Amino acid sequence: MKIAVCLGNVPDTTTKVKFVDGATLDKAGIQWIINPWDELALTRAIELKEDAGNAVNSVTAITVGGKDSEPTIRKALAIGADDAIRVDAEPADAFAVASELAEVIKGKDFDIIMCGIESSDYNGSAVGGMLAEILDLPSVSAVSKMNISGNEIELDREIDGGKEVVTVQTPFVAVVQKGIAKEPRIAAMRGIMMARKKPLDVVPSTGISANAEFKSFGLPQPKAPCKMVDPANVAELVSLLQNEAKVL
Amino acid sequence: MSVLVYTENWDGKFKKLSFELVSYAKGVAEMLGTKTTVVSIGNVDEAELAKLGNYGASKILKVEGDNLSSLDNQVFTGIISQAAIKENASVVILSHNNTGKAIAPRLAVKLNAALASGLGKLPLSVDPFTVNKKVFSGKAFADVVLSSDVKVLTLAQNSFELIENGGAAVIETFDAEVGQVKTKVKDIQKQTGKILLNDAEIVVSGGRGMKSPDNWGTIEELAELLEAATACSRPVSDEGWRPHNEHTGQTGKIIAPNLYIAAGISGAIQHLAGVSSSKCIVAINTDKDAPIFEAADYGIVGDALKVLPEFINAVKEIKAK
Ligand SMILES: Cc1cc2nc3c(=O)[nH]c(=O)nc-3n(C[C@H](O)[C@H](O)[C@H](O)COP(=O)(O)OP(=O)(O)OC[C@H]3O[C@@H](n4cnc5c(N)ncnc54)[C@H](O)[C@@H]3O)c2cc1C
Repeated sequence: MKIAVCLGNVPDTTTKVKFVDGATLDKAGIQWIINPWDELALTRAIELKEDAGNAVNSVTAITVGGKDSEPTIRKALAIGADDAIRVDAEPADAFAVASELAEVIKGKDFDIIMCGIESSDYNGSAVGGMLAEILDLPSVSAVSKMNISGNEIELDREIDGGKEVVTVQTPFVAVVQKGIAKEPRIAAMRGIMMARKKPLDVVPSTGISANAEFKSFGLPQPKAPCKMVDPANVAELVSLLQNEAKVL
Repeated sequence: MSVLVYTENWDGKFKKLSFELVSYAKGVAEMLGTKTTVVSIGNVDEAELAKLGNYGASKILKVEGDNLSSLDNQVFTGIISQAAIKENASVVILSHNNTGKAIAPRLAVKLNAALASGLGKLPLSVDPFTVNKKVFSGKAFADVVLSSDVKVLTLAQNSFELIENGGAAVIETFDAEVGQVKTKVKDIQKQTGKILLNDAEIVVSGGRGMKSPDNWGTIEELAELLEAATACSRPVSDEGWRPHNEHTGQTGKIIAPNLYIAAGISGAIQHLAGVSSSKCIVAINTDKDAPIFEAADYGIVGDALKVLPEFINAVKEIKAK
């Protein structure tokens, strides 16, 4: 069985974002990381491979990004992916990314293709589902647990107010969320050394164009300062919530 | 031309989010000078469907079938896309909940449509079709232009006002082709009797500052009193003090209640990413410099273990009046 994990390269979650002329992200000083949900997906894929009962032969990390995203995909190799592919294209929007991914995934016989449920930059929740539709494969979204039994995959899917245990045949796309792995795995020294020797294939972009254009960016309005209430007078807070904020 | 909206049902019933969706779709339809059609999948009775007319649906296409009670992403995408084609829809709207996130991107590809997700406001303009959406987990906003003929939008829960207009909808049975169901549901585990975090108008949330899972009694008591849901920060769920479905923040649930009460939560940027759309935030924290106070509307510098019982008493007093 072969698993592919699609990884996005995003600013660290603590980044205070800024924009140049309100039109492009100011990349100065930004630390780049594997999108948190994708990192969990990768961790689960590696766990599944390590469990000898599963017959998982390989975990391939795939990203769409320019040369500057290479450290992030190398990190995936250091964490434990066997090989990696980088599609050499700037990720313009979810559709363009999903199309590029579909192009490299087609014909490679992956049994499970994993994507994170959201990317922490454009918050689209789109790539995994789009990829599945382009490839005409089943998809299960909001997956918080995944186990393999033969050709059948058993998953927990989060629903409003609970979860469902579902099964699906391979090949399919798993769009994963919190819970899929407990903690993201971190690269150890040995992994970092080994990653240098692992194959990283760079493939050209197919030039598929975006259909959503991020035209301009703005920052949220600064908030009014917090109204402080004396801890000796909690009743006043409740009264403010009732009469001023009108939320009680 | 029309605006199509997919309204999910829960055991044959709609909830507030369904009415928010129809109200929103009606708003978009008015901007485009057209009408709103709803597509409903699964068994929902006529009385329940009729409720959607009041929020602006002109027509309802109902697609029923015993194998449609649980979600299969391909089957549902197929049905909604057939409805979109039948209705000549230029905009298709879904919720930004788990179901919407599962279907909307597939639907966008199937309809050659651009997708904009997690919206909270009506489009800025329909020509060019421009929406404003949160990006970088709420740290910024972007104006996004969708250039395709058809657009797929998803609406964040609790972000759009209900608009009742007393209208009535025509209900039609729609014989859509139902594809093969490939996702088999073996078991369903539902939380019962509790207010769901995503649906709640008030949320009482605790962080590591609550010190121990044994101290959650006050959080639960206050939540019950306020008919609120309970939530927590990530380390609290990671440590198993509280269930994972209570974890709010960037990597957990993203919510927008009317009131969010944060007790013993520092207000890390990743936590705020999940709660900053709340209409009113109350912070209780011993550290006057905790970042939560920058996001909060009202704050108390104090020990949550002492403040919460007093909060409960004060609420009981106003309730008694
Ligand atoms: C990639 C990534 C994603 C993340 N996603 C999330 C997420 O989705 N959600 C999330 O919550 N976190 C997330 N985090 C973690 C986040 O960075 C913080 O570590 C976390 O939110 C802190 O939780 P806390 O406020 O409960 O605990 P702490 O940071 O330990 O804060 C406890 C607070 O309680 C106060 N306090 C102590 N005692 C009392 C008392 N008796 N009464 C009142 N106040 C008291 C302290 O002053 C302090 O401010 C993420 C981190 C990363 C790196």
